[in-house]
Amino acid sequence: MAANIPTHAQVQGGIGATEPGISHDEHLHHDEHHEQNFLQKYVFSTDHKVIAKQFLITGIFWAIIGGTLSSLFRLQLGWPEATLEWLQPFLGKWIEGGKLNPEFYLALVTMHGTIMVFFVLTAGLSGTFSNFLIPLQIGARDMASGFMNMLSYWFFFLSSVVMFTSLFIETGPAAAGWTIYPPLSALPQAISGSGMGQTMWLVSMALFIVSQLLGGVNYITTVINLRTQGMSMSKLPLTIWAFFLTAVLGLLSFPVLFSAALLLIFDRSFGTSFFLSDIYIAGKALSNTGGSPILFQHLFWFLGHPEVYIVIMPAMGMVSEILATNARKPIFGYRAMIGSLLGISLLSFIVWAHHMFVTGMNPFLGSVFMFLTLIIAVPSAVKTFNWLATLWRGNIRLTTAMLFSIGFVSLFIAGGLTGIVLGNAALDIQMHNTYFVVAHFHLVMGSSAFFGLWAGVYHWFPKMFGRMMDEKLGYIHFWLTFIGVYLVFLPMHYVGIAGFPRRYYAWTGFDTFSQFADLNKFISVAAIVAFIGQFIFIFNFFYSIFRGRRATENPWNSTTLEWTTPVELGHGNWPGAIPAVHRWPYDYSKPGAAEDFIPQHVPYSQTQSSNLPYEKEME
Amino acid sequence: MHSSEALNTKQPATGIHPTRFLLILMIVSIFMMFAGLSSGYIVRRNEGNWLEFDLPAGFIYTTLLIVVSSITLQWAWLAARKDNLAQVRTALVVTFALGVAFLVGQWLLWGQLVEQRVFFGGTDANPSGSFLYVLVGLHGFHIITGLIFLIKVLRKSFQYQVHSRQMLSIGNVTIYWHFLGALWLYLYLFLLLNH
Repeated sequence: MAANIPTHAQVQGGIGATEPGISHDEHLHHDEHHEQNFLQKYVFSTDHKVIAKQFLITGIFWAIIGGTLSSLFRLQLGWPEATLEWLQPFLGKWIEGGKLNPEFYLALVTMHGTIMVFFVLTAGLSGTFSNFLIPLQIGARDMASGFMNMLSYWFFFLSSVVMFTSLFIETGPAAAGWTIYPPLSALPQAISGSGMGQTMWLVSMALFIVSQLLGGVNYITTVINLRTQGMSMSKLPLTIWAFFLTAVLGLLSFPVLFSAALLLIFDRSFGTSFFLSDIYIAGKALSNTGGSPILFQHLFWFLGHPEVYIVIMPAMGMVSEILATNARKPIFGYRAMIGSLLGISLLSFIVWAHHMFVTGMNPFLGSVFMFLTLIIAVPSAVKTFNWLATLWRGNIRLTTAMLFSIGFVSLFIAGGLTGIVLGNAALDIQMHNTYFVVAHFHLVMGSSAFFGLWAGVYHWFPKMFGRMMDEKLGYIHFWLTFIGVYLVFLPMHYVGIAGFPRRYYAWTGFDTFSQFADLNKFISVAAIVAFIGQFIFIFNFFYSIFRGRRATENPWNSTTLEWTTPVELGHGNWPGAIPAVHRWPYDYSKPGAAEDFIPQHVPYSQTQSSNLPYEKEME
Repeated sequence: MHSSEALNTKQPATGIHPTRFLLILMIVSIFMMFAGLSSGYIVRRNEGNWLEFDLPAGFIYTTLLIVVSSITLQWAWLAARKDNLAQVRTALVVTFALGVAFLVGQWLLWGQLVEQRVFFGGTDANPSGSFLYVLVGLHGFHIITGLIFLIKVLRKSFQYQVHSRQMLSIGNVTIYWHFLGALWLYLYLFLLLNH
């Protein structure tokens, strides 16, 4: 393994793979003359920028699928009495007599969750931006191992193919919820989705975990080992800190999910009883004894909880960067921002059982987890106040990316507050499994992370494709989405408090809920309108790749290293030597400076008018 | 991914070669997987309905095999440091053979478990036995990856790419193999104490 990776990188025009003795300049000449065919350049590429775009476009594809599924089940929830005959050509046998098949409804919910959490907000978000920004912002020519990086994408691709295929099989896709709790997920007799669909789900997730690990070890190694001269850990942009810690979380938690999935596979296909015991189905007793379904929940949530931070932390990092750039102010509390990321990372591993307050756990244990959970409010609040303080009296430029970043902060606050409610065991027992929970995590994790993703795309699009996205369409996209998201999820808190349980196909059987039928219709309309609004973004994205206004090298007057690269980026990132770094990444509006930003690679000797007393020594 | 250029303009970092760093991170992830399984084991065991059985005595022999194979691999590494290629090859072959013997031993012990009526799956299975099969099997799978790694380094040694100034690959395989040995020692002790 040790030898193969450099060799491979060399074949691909690999940068940083020179043998000792070949000088830097010679190597670059060699690189310029290197012709790559289409397959090498765009498909089996080891260039981190191409891999990032592959992750992004696959992520966009998955987001469309995930959104479509949610529109389908919102149709059912908003208009439970309506006939859905017109969907027959699309859904086939899952429409029975004009009605959506209830088991297929569960499959829709399951696949929506799986796709959004893993394929869009994990692979699509951190896969895209960790790949794109880590080498560019730390001043490296590529990832530590371009080959493993390529494998990471292709494992994700394979995993996507399996998951996508499972949507079309006869017994339907997995239907036991994205958390696939056994025994429901373990027994094909229990629900048709637990047959072939669940098997494919597990295979797909196993491939996905391999992809995440290959990517994650690469991100960590690159950040630790390949920083340019002067780029100490305390000069890293907050994006890199966020990606780095996200990768650490993935490295520690995904293997545990793999264990859980493996045991579940054995239970399903090899007759073991890790999670199964004393089960009767249709009056028939199963032979499995001795298993514990709660054990699965422990293993699952040991990943599952860090997973929500894997989803949100990259967005936090990018938002910090975009807010500082567009407020033309240094990020408030740089070190506190790093400290809070570290705090969140650490805490994320010791709070998993707050997802399990109602599993009959010892109340004392529950109170320990409750205590730890509520402590997460502290680093989260540190971040929130720092973002607000960064905005305070800034010279704010409302670019689309900035709007989405501010939207992120808003959603994170709105969703985070209900997290404090749900973190309390006593309240959670009441709210558990209601729409209150759905509203909470869709705001704080789902929508927030999506806003971070959009902010990142709008902000770094010029570096990715050398062109700008259209700002007017961006504004329309932002306001539609921002208002839409609140209109969908604020009412959900209300129906949640009223006791609406999650994952129900219809509430028409309960008189209590009949007065909320209008509210549910309202939520459905808002959700479907907001979803359709996303096609504005998709149009803007693809149109701008080919027809957008040409970008300049540093369109946002930003300080970080990626903006020192040319507009047309080749493999290797910098045509000449990699710039060395002299200062932190947030020298915006520094008093006495000629311009309102000083890039990281500008030495103090060139900025004597603005140097602070302690910086004079470094001139 | 060493290059003279990268070394010149790089922030002095850990001093560990990136490839080795990648390997260490992978070891961390493998460790986490087994940590997950063994904590699951303890949680499940404390819930009762746990079939008690004696661990086959043969595990002590396979344990010895894996310990000796670590020693022989260390011998290969030391020989490479002294540029003694003949010894490197011998030691690598011996390590490989011991690794295969370890795997065969584990396989035979599975057979012995079945004779003891400790099953992996089926109506008579209990999670206590299933866990044992999973832990041994998953560890065995990683031993296979280690054996493949050993073959690659052996091939390199025949191409004169393993010597005192090219210690990376043999160093990496040594780290990985020692880890797998230590992992087995941990699993063995864990099973002895908790079966």
